[in-house]
Amino acid sequence: MADTNPADLNRRTLLRRAAAAGLLVTPAAGLLSACAGSEPSKSTDTGGSKSADNPFGVKDDSAVKVVIFNGGLGDQWAKEDQAVFTAKHPKVTVNMSSTQKIKTEEQPKMATQPSDLVMNSGADMMDISTLVNEGAIEPLDDLLKAPAWDSEGTVADSLLPGTVEDGTFQDKFYVVNVAFTVWGNWYNGALFDKEGWQPPKTFDDFFALAPKIKAKGIAPYVHDAVHGYYPRWALMATIWKSAGKQAVVDIDNLKENAWKADGVLPALQAWEKLVKDKLLLPGNLNHTQSQQAWLDGKAAFIQVGTWLKNEMAATIPPGFEMKLSDYWGLGASDKAPDDVFAGAGEGLVVPSKAPNKAAAKEFLRAVLSKAGSAKYAELTKSLASTKGSGDNVQDSALTTANELMKNAPKTLIKTKFWDFYADLDKESQNLSEELMAGRITAQQFVDKMQAAADKVAKDSSIQKQTRTA
Amino acid sequence: MRHGVARFVTGFLALPVALYLFYVVWPFAQAAGYSLTDWGGYSDRQNFVGLDNYVRLLSDELIRKAFWHNVFFLVTVPLFTIALALFLAFLLNVGGREDRAGIRGVFGSGFYKIIFFFPQVLSLVVIAVMWQQIYRSDNQGLINGLLIKVGLVDADNPIAFTADPEPFLGIPAVLWWLLLIAVWSGAGFYMVLFSAAMQSIPKDIYEAAILDGASRLHTFFRITLPLLRDTISVAWVYLGFIALDMYALVFVMTPSQGGPDHASEIFASVLNFTAFQKGQFGYACAMGVALAIFTILLAAAQLRITRRERIEF
Repeated sequence: MADTNPADLNRRTLLRRAAAAGLLVTPAAGLLSACAGSEPSKSTDTGGSKSADNPFGVKDDSAVKVVIFNGGLGDQWAKEDQAVFTAKHPKVTVNMSSTQKIKTEEQPKMATQPSDLVMNSGADMMDISTLVNEGAIEPLDDLLKAPAWDSEGTVADSLLPGTVEDGTFQDKFYVVNVAFTVWGNWYNGALFDKEGWQPPKTFDDFFALAPKIKAKGIAPYVHDAVHGYYPRWALMATIWKSAGKQAVVDIDNLKENAWKADGVLPALQAWEKLVKDKLLLPGNLNHTQSQQAWLDGKAAFIQVGTWLKNEMAATIPPGFEMKLSDYWGLGASDKAPDDVFAGAGEGLVVPSKAPNKAAAKEFLRAVLSKAGSAKYAELTKSLASTKGSGDNVQDSALTTANELMKNAPKTLIKTKFWDFYADLDKESQNLSEELMAGRITAQQFVDKMQAAADKVAKDSSIQKQTRTA
Repeated sequence: MRHGVARFVTGFLALPVALYLFYVVWPFAQAAGYSLTDWGGYSDRQNFVGLDNYVRLLSDELIRKAFWHNVFFLVTVPLFTIALALFLAFLLNVGGREDRAGIRGVFGSGFYKIIFFFPQVLSLVVIAVMWQQIYRSDNQGLINGLLIKVGLVDADNPIAFTADPEPFLGIPAVLWWLLLIAVWSGAGFYMVLFSAAMQSIPKDIYEAAILDGASRLHTFFRITLPLLRDTISVAWVYLGFIALDMYALVFVMTPSQGGPDHASEIFASVLNFTAFQKGQFGYACAMGVALAIFTILLAAAQLRITRRERIEF
């Protein structure tokens, strides 16, 4: 029977309408509303009186909202900093919360009512160059000039080398990176002592050692095959050691044929050989899975930063001696064989529209204090970016990282292009995965990165950034 | 309408409609507005750029790739889910032996119904995390572990699952592995939907057909399928929406969210990257609006094509 009476709501029309209504709760709908923002409101920042002990004029009875990334380093250290802060400013209320979803929770508020201090870190972090370009975060140069919390000189004086550079964008200091991280190849000191193995210094040493490791039924190397930025650290470190600092600076500055400079290709070919020779543990593991495989003795080396110890603290087998060694170079041809991959990370930012910026800066001063940073090193077993944070901590991972830093030249291995350009970030992560999976050659990696860099250089909609040092 | 009824109905609807307008329709309108700007997402600075974002969309290679991946899901997810759901629903309702009590489902069908429906109770992210363990690509993965134990898979070369971009029938393997999860998690709900529809088909039609010597296959294709046409049509539209989304699975399960090397990139993953990594909210909004228009057109076309005279019973 046909629809004889249009006024009747029969099953057919009901279903049709239900389907139409369904449109409004479907993917497109979710994606649409994800983009929507709201109108901005004015920031009301009226400071209290300033003094040497209160350089930003934090007002009593004000409140400061602090959001901490609760990742590999946990959030207990921040609570210790809060205690340091409250001891000096008992009348200022600190509202601290911690999350792993920084961007999800903080980005929607950035243009209107942001938190006062945000730790922009983890997989869900806000793109830093976008924050700077959009004027969404506050320059913190006055923090660097302020007196240090509990030591002589200014805050800038109390920081490890690289910390100010790592937080500087377009000649202004924006990001206070609290953690000082050293990257390299980790091995089990106990195992190496037992077998009489020496941690390699170059790829040649490694390729010579690899058969001995394999003979013990251990894979020489394991890597995170899910997050492309893990292998990318290692690839870039090798490129730096082999081709020298200027080559990487040129790459960051999108200079013509920068990826084709001398020394870049051989560095990647060393990794290509590692993959082709089947020295990797089979399987596409993610970061924690690969780290656990290494702890379980399935692989001899893993490359990652110094947060490793804290991240895996719960499952480190007894007798396992975590030791850090420098990334491998290629040998005699290396232009910068001794440079170490290290830097300040885990950045805290103050949104431009934050209601209590003075208290946020004061809180940062507390975070960078001697007392606060010593607690940090003790709790996380990794270095803080304040000098001397790890002096009183006994730990093989921290000690080897410390030694590596002490013997390192002043220049630290540093790559900027993935912070500068999201497109190159994505492409380099993808290609690093592809290279480590053996699906592309070192030559293809170089060609594709060069093509991607050229494309960004030509794209007028992308704001360019340059690196001088 | 009779006098007073209009006021009565309006009184009840005013609040929900207002909430709906504010929380659903208004953000849509805002997104459409932003799609005409170069807004970066983190500030209140934005310039009107007209339809530039839409023009750019047409020449964006990554979006084109993502579009075809969505089209793959658009074809396969409804096809396989409905086929599986129909098969299960048929077995559970009229697939068993017939006796004096009439036509019934296979033995234990009540139990199977619960089992098959179960994935529907779980959030998609929970499902994705669970399947990560099933798909884990070393000997600790459920599938790889079993296959390595029985010697069907080489321990040095385990199945890569969602990290595998190699094409199978011209489509990257990772998309097939994601399809399997989508079908597994969706079939249960549509099985229940089809079961309900099947139970409204009078049993005597089946009995008459069986008396006339019709086989199971015949009753399915000649009776069940035609009488379920409306329900299947709606299911197809709903599954089309799911196929155009697929975001949770891609986001949780694939390397670099859309990888390896863009092999599992879909509309939503490109949109997410454009908005939140590249900081081009205006352009990302244009993608969202384009997808919304595509979805609406698709639903309209689909419902029009399947529209026809219906049988009432």
